Amino acid sequence: MQAEVKQTDQEVKHAEHSEFVSFTVAGQAFCLKITQIREIRRWSPVTILPHAPADVLGVMNLRGAVIPIYDLSARFGLQQTEASERNVVIVVSVHGKPVGLLAESVSEIISINPDDIQDTPPVDSRNTMEYIQGIISHDDTMVRIINLDAVISAPEQVML
Amino acid sequence: MSGSIQDTFFEECEELLEATDEGLTAIEGGDHDPEVVNAIFRAVHSIKGGAGAFGLDDLVAFAHRFETVFDEVRSNRLELDPKLVQLLLRSSDQLSALVEAARDGGQIDEAHNDTLLAALDEYIPEEEEDLTFEPMGLGAAPMVDLGDIGGGEPAEPQEETYRIRFQPLKEMYGTGNEPFFLFQALKDMGELTVKLDDNELPGFDAMDTSEAYLAWDLVLVTKELRSVVEAVFEFVEGLCELSIEGDGDAEAEANALANLDAMFSTPPATAAAPTAPAAAAADAAEGEAPSAPFEPPVPAPKPEAKPAPAEEKASAPKAESGKQEQRGGPKPTLRVELERVDRLINAVGELIINHSMLAQQIANLPVSDTRDVETELEGFKNLARDIQEGVMAIRAQPVKPLFQRMARIVREASSATGKTCKLVNEGENTEVDKTVIERLSDPLTHILRNAVDHGIEKPEDRTTAGKSNIGEIRLSASHRSGSVCIEIKDDGAGVNRPRVKQIAIEKGLIPENAELTDAEIDNLLFAPGFSTAKEVSNLSGRGVGMDVVKNAVTGLGGRINISSTPGKGSTFTIILPLTLAVMDGMVVSVADQTMVVPITSIVETMRGSDDMINSLGADGTLLSIRGNFVPICDVAGSLGLYRESDQQAGVYLLVETETGQRCALAVDDIHDQRQVVIKSLDGVCGEIAGVAAATILGDGKIAMILDPESIIAASPTAAAFDTERRMSNAS
Repeated sequence: MQAEVKQTDQEVKHAEHSEFVSFTVAGQAFCLKITQIREIRRWSPVTILPHAPADVLGVMNLRGAVIPIYDLSARFGLQQTEASERNVVIVVSVHGKPVGLLAESVSEIISINPDDIQDTPPVDSRNTMEYIQGIISHDDTMVRIINLDAVISAPEQVML
Repeated sequence: MSGSIQDTFFEECEELLEATDEGLTAIEGGDHDPEVVNAIFRAVHSIKGGAGAFGLDDLVAFAHRFETVFDEVRSNRLELDPKLVQLLLRSSDQLSALVEAARDGGQIDEAHNDTLLAALDEYIPEEEEDLTFEPMGLGAAPMVDLGDIGGGEPAEPQEETYRIRFQPLKEMYGTGNEPFFLFQALKDMGELTVKLDDNELPGFDAMDTSEAYLAWDLVLVTKELRSVVEAVFEFVEGLCELSIEGDGDAEAEANALANLDAMFSTPPATAAAPTAPAAAAADAAEGEAPSAPFEPPVPAPKPEAKPAPAEEKASAPKAESGKQEQRGGPKPTLRVELERVDRLINAVGELIINHSMLAQQIANLPVSDTRDVETELEGFKNLARDIQEGVMAIRAQPVKPLFQRMARIVREASSATGKTCKLVNEGENTEVDKTVIERLSDPLTHILRNAVDHGIEKPEDRTTAGKSNIGEIRLSASHRSGSVCIEIKDDGAGVNRPRVKQIAIEKGLIPENAELTDAEIDNLLFAPGFSTAKEVSNLSGRGVGMDVVKNAVTGLGGRINISSTPGKGSTFTIILPLTLAVMDGMVVSVADQTMVVPITSIVETMRGSDDMINSLGADGTLLSIRGNFVPICDVAGSLGLYRESDQQAGVYLLVETETGQRCALAVDDIHDQRQVVIKSLDGVCGEIAGVAAATILGDGKIAMILDPESIIAASPTAAAFDTERRMSNAS
């Protein structure tokens, strides 16, 4: 492939490496592709949605648009996050709609070679298998790559 | 490209069909003004013309027959008797159906179509040749020889030489016109010499491919009249520079030119005279076989016929514009994409939110004297409201077209059930938001069909009951304090309450021994799965009727009520919010959350004290208001929210449901009454019981807009109270 296309080293590096934003949720390291993220905001109290499941924190005003905020920790089946000003909301775009994800804190931007991504080893949890696309070792810690489409289902089904 | 042209055609068809309906309604009402007949003729003719261009043969055939009958009428060879008017109304409905079928690719009822065609044929005296219609049939079909039928014009045709200078503008190519076909059409009339003038053609490198450089000098020797020659260019009128010089005397030339100009450029009020030649010319241009004799082309009256400069002609947007005149002269209108208006509406919504944010922040400033700022802010608010109302007015449209369609529904329903009904429309100029109009169509159709099918009695029964044998359904629209009220009132038999109740019991909707008030029985009609039709007719009675109607109305944020008097008739009242984007709401707090309750549903508000609260059973509580007991519904409980402190909801909003049931919504506090911008929660989350939508408040926070109806439904107290009452009624 490289030989055929005859790219310079620099270009090859760009073509192969993707950048991910890593963050922590309930003490565990996760990451999302940087292109999936629209913006990162400091947590501010949201408006509660009545009858909402535990992982739906409520809705937030994003420059005039009403967007739902999910607690990633609760979504993954971990304990619910006690949201405070130190926490962040990662605004992503899923199914063409902006959605906010509450995370503990954002760590750094990491460059990942797709070849380094390992498949999620089978564990005894269906949700985990679905929500985690793969894992990667970065600075001796395991970083989980989130499968966004699986975590946030199509808007119509969210509340059902 | 052709898709968008076709879209435009269908859009125009809709307007033309409306004009037709309007004219026919006027004729039905006894207005036999020739100009009304002319207007309909022109509308139908334009539909035919456009349909021909797109090769919609069924539509062309029908429109042609329809138009021919109208031609008979307007040349006073046919009397507009009630029978003919009815046929014309039905034909107009069929024409709409054909247009719809052509647009949406649906099927039409062939048998019905043929029946109507045959009925129309009876009014057409002459042998009707089969017409073949080719798309843009300028080239192939033979041209009409107007010479032998023109009464006042030269009887025997003589050869004449026309020198034609034809220079297309680039717009002409943009609309898909092709000079070749024009020349071919001219060639069919006689001897044609074509000479290309490429003097303006620039060098190859300087050429703009979208520009028009070419011109033609044509010499035509023909027996045809000048008007026929001019008609060839009718479709490109305004899209080219055209001069036609005949060998005839100068005055005739001036006349004819003036005639042409008058056709296309005179303002509507003065353009009435040349319509006959315009129509005749259009027929000729479309290459149609002669049907009925045309009126002789009348030269336009001289005083009005100042030849308009070429630029003016070129600036006329369409050749059609000259023909669309109506009586009284329509107000100039602008056709704008809906999306642009909606963008503006969104921006105005932001502006209103922005204002409240600004106001809140100024209030929070550590400045003691903010009076000046507040005055300016007040001005800002008023301006914002003005803009908002202005923008909403753009979206607002009169209900007239909707009501006119409903007349068609009633006609269809009447003929299907063998009853005679007439629909009387009132307040058709009432303006309602476009979306509301669109989404009202189905519910209204349903109610009207039901009114004809179930409400209006058979003619013989009506006579027995001492009523006129023609049933009357009154459809009215009016504005009523911030909302739109639509009323459908029939003078039929009214709701057959014993039967309704029996059916409800049979279907298990109510217990067998339930004792219901008349209003409660009437409201059973809206219950899901309720249908009184003994057998399923093809009109109504599929059992999905009225609850679908109710859902559609509630979906628009409205309410529907029914009232009925046995033997006198029933009335359905639909109350809708004026706009869908902004509403007046009361800002309240519930369990530390700020929420908005629509003002329209609130009857009164009050601060409660302990002695006003009475317990009923284990967990039911009633509020006593001036001696009346009203169930209390705790909003927080109903929404599944819990108060952190042990505070009690101390403020009550008395609301009235659509069934007339009252309920006191218990909230913690009332803050404000203000205009809020409605933000839909569609796509953000699924449907939430008790919540209608969201809005953004002055502090940038989102607040839920509550739906009192569903809060009450979800509240255990109110629901329990309702059941208890039912049970106690039943026992």
